[in-house]
Amino acid sequence: MDEFSVLVGGRAGDGINEAGMIIARLFNQLGYCLYQYLDYPSLIRGGHNFTIVRASDKKIGAHRDEVNFLLALNQETIDRHKWRLMESSVVIYDSDEVKSPVAGGFGLPLKTIAKDAGAPPIAKNAGLIGAFSKASGIEWDVTEQVLRKEIPKSIDENLEVARRGYSRIDGDDRLRVEKRSYPCCPVITGNELIGLGLLRGGLDAYVAYPMTPSSGVLHFLAKVASDFSIRVVHPENEIAVILMAQGFAYAGKRVALGTSGGGFCLMTEGMSLAGMAEMPLVVVVSMRAGPSTGVPTYTAQSDLHFVMNAGQGEFTRLVIAPGDLEQAYFWSATSLDLAWKYQVPAILLSDKTLSESAYSFNLEEARDIHEIAPVLWDGVGDYRRYARTLGGGISPLAFPPISGAVVKANGYAHLESGITAEDAGEVKAVQDKSLLKEKSLIEELEGLPAVKTYGDEGSSAALLCWGSNKGVCAELGDKYGLRVVQPVIMNPFPTSQFNEALQGVERTISVETNSTGQLARLIRSCGFEADDLILKYDARPFSVDDLEERILEVTR
Amino acid sequence: MNPKDLGTKAANTWCPGCGNFAILNAIKPVIAELDEEGLVPVENVVLVSGIGCHAKIVDYVNANSFYTIHGRTIPVATGIKLANPDLTVICFAGDGDAYAEGLDHLIFAAKRNVDITTIIHDNRVYGLTTGQYTPTSPSGFKGRSTPAGLEVPPINPLEIVFASGGTFIARGYSHGIELLKDVFREAILHRGFSFVDVLQVCATFFNLYEYYNERVYALEEHDPQDAARAEEKMREWDYNSDGSIPLGIFYKKEDATFGDNFVKYRSKISDLEGAIKKTMEGYI
Repeated sequence: MDEFSVLVGGRAGDGINEAGMIIARLFNQLGYCLYQYLDYPSLIRGGHNFTIVRASDKKIGAHRDEVNFLLALNQETIDRHKWRLMESSVVIYDSDEVKSPVAGGFGLPLKTIAKDAGAPPIAKNAGLIGAFSKASGIEWDVTEQVLRKEIPKSIDENLEVARRGYSRIDGDDRLRVEKRSYPCCPVITGNELIGLGLLRGGLDAYVAYPMTPSSGVLHFLAKVASDFSIRVVHPENEIAVILMAQGFAYAGKRVALGTSGGGFCLMTEGMSLAGMAEMPLVVVVSMRAGPSTGVPTYTAQSDLHFVMNAGQGEFTRLVIAPGDLEQAYFWSATSLDLAWKYQVPAILLSDKTLSESAYSFNLEEARDIHEIAPVLWDGVGDYRRYARTLGGGISPLAFPPISGAVVKANGYAHLESGITAEDAGEVKAVQDKSLLKEKSLIEELEGLPAVKTYGDEGSSAALLCWGSNKGVCAELGDKYGLRVVQPVIMNPFPTSQFNEALQGVERTISVETNSTGQLARLIRSCGFEADDLILKYDARPFSVDDLEERILEVTR
Repeated sequence: MNPKDLGTKAANTWCPGCGNFAILNAIKPVIAELDEEGLVPVENVVLVSGIGCHAKIVDYVNANSFYTIHGRTIPVATGIKLANPDLTVICFAGDGDAYAEGLDHLIFAAKRNVDITTIIHDNRVYGLTTGQYTPTSPSGFKGRSTPAGLEVPPINPLEIVFASGGTFIARGYSHGIELLKDVFREAILHRGFSFVDVLQVCATFFNLYEYYNERVYALEEHDPQDAARAEEKMREWDYNSDGSIPLGIFYKKEDATFGDNFVKYRSKISDLEGAIKKTMEGYI
């Protein structure tokens, strides 16, 4: 078999995510590309958490409905996920918890095994992983090596539980995980990778107030802050976040901030200030299902038009929606460069799926990051923060303290010096400068991969997608010979690259995780049309099977 | 340097008799003096203002500045200070700015003891929006949004900052520029969160000159290190009833500041790509 799916389920607090990650690392050692979907409700203990680890010999970025292995720590996992089983699927469960198992499953008294081995209750996972390794024909040495690396505490006891799980199960030749040749890559979440991309872009500071599903960026950067000599601040609220960030930017520090839709609502006045005062910021917005609190730990792509339009007045902004980790790395780094060159707020738009799923990240595909330098003041004459002499809408930057230079930033319309102006001519000049800047930015973006294509690039039928749906669309594009066109830059919209990507296309189908077709609406305003919409708005991402069925319906 | 060198070409649009002139005329000589004495080079000074009549002050001082938005001076100032601890950051905020729209930031700045100075132009009325009550307007205040008189009493901002952990708490008045200058100088030189509430009279919408002149007095023989006594003095006047109004430095305390632990992160690391690669190896 060239691909496997493994579901691990239990209660919140059972370590389901960690168990899935260990299984992903096992496959990683054996030459597979990984995708790990994480599904959890908004609570701390109890409830039903599950994760699906999918391993393939080809690049993937989505999960499947059916699973080859179902690993259940409780009855609810069996009851909820029975429908995912195929005839050949193997079920392994904790027989101390599961009282009505499915026929043919392997029951292990995991609670008892953990207790007997003197291990903490969470070690039940290790027993499950040991049993899974045996059932899938993974050698004990590989299992032990991965467990040693991944389990921080009571490793000997955990290994003992894993060994007991391993010895109690028979291997099944049909489900043997053979070695494949996908490169062994970091398996990492989108949030962590965005953090690494920002670091690659020269990040000096990260400011955020916790909000699911963006908090992973904050946690990651706070953890590595001293290794990378950056400052990470968690202020009193999102308003303070975006304003504090502008303090960093004013003082010449490359800063990013992060939130989700609700927090971004509070940041809109700050967005507008950054527009007028020309403060370079990178704002990570990870979408979840709204409106309001909505479905906080689940996914959606419903904030595109919100982030594109948030803030009073008209000002230049960059909106980037990466669709996989390689794009996320490239654009997280490049967004800082662009924000600083053009002195604009840039939004990195993610969603729960991209932010919290783990993917194999191939650095080779994302290494080619060109440096785009900011324009700095040459120190000649009087410094004027908003000088209009250079052209392209860009004023040279200077940061205090510089003897003899006065740096005046202003959220009012202003003179070149930064002093407030309400005179009609000056007001128009400020707005013209912003428009000019947008034009220069569009020119710069023409040299960057602002639109990506996948699948069969000669096909006359195209799936249009954005953000995290890139993975599932690219896979099905390959399977059904469809062209896949993904704009990565959403604003300013890369019209000419998009037009080029659609050459020869007669029919377009927009695939989106929202209820109104936000990409379709965006491209319509640029003169393009989506002929069909495939929309999903139950706060869950498309599985490969979901989308396959919908594509077949639409194209039948 | 001469305070006159700190002027700009911007036309001053404050009303005649506005208390903001006193703050402007007190801060300029203090900045000039600190530069002259080599204590704070003028290029290291960054002024941050909010929105309201007070905020125009940054247009009138030829020094680094960030003219921000209503209520948000303090987070911007905090970011500037964290980004570069060598800078001396002075916030100018109105009472609507600091006590209504941005009260959360004031409390947190005091709690963090971030090393910035906040000067409140407390005229106890919204001036630029033409005469509505603020958090420090007295009860019964007849403003354009409360024509029948304000039903609720004001807050005492000094007590709020004290309770939140501020380490320098003072009050000034827009009559009596010498006291104002002394207080500003001490506030800027204090390491930690310095808070100065200036009773700054709005000559147009809430002229309290006479009221204040009859009641203010300078604190004398007051030990600002004595927290209990400081609190007592802060409570002497509650911004509502007719008490005598002490001016000067109420409270002062040396303590660790929020910027302290950031100082070690001031240099870029030498091998960024190597550090990224090493971090990624942890995910294999």
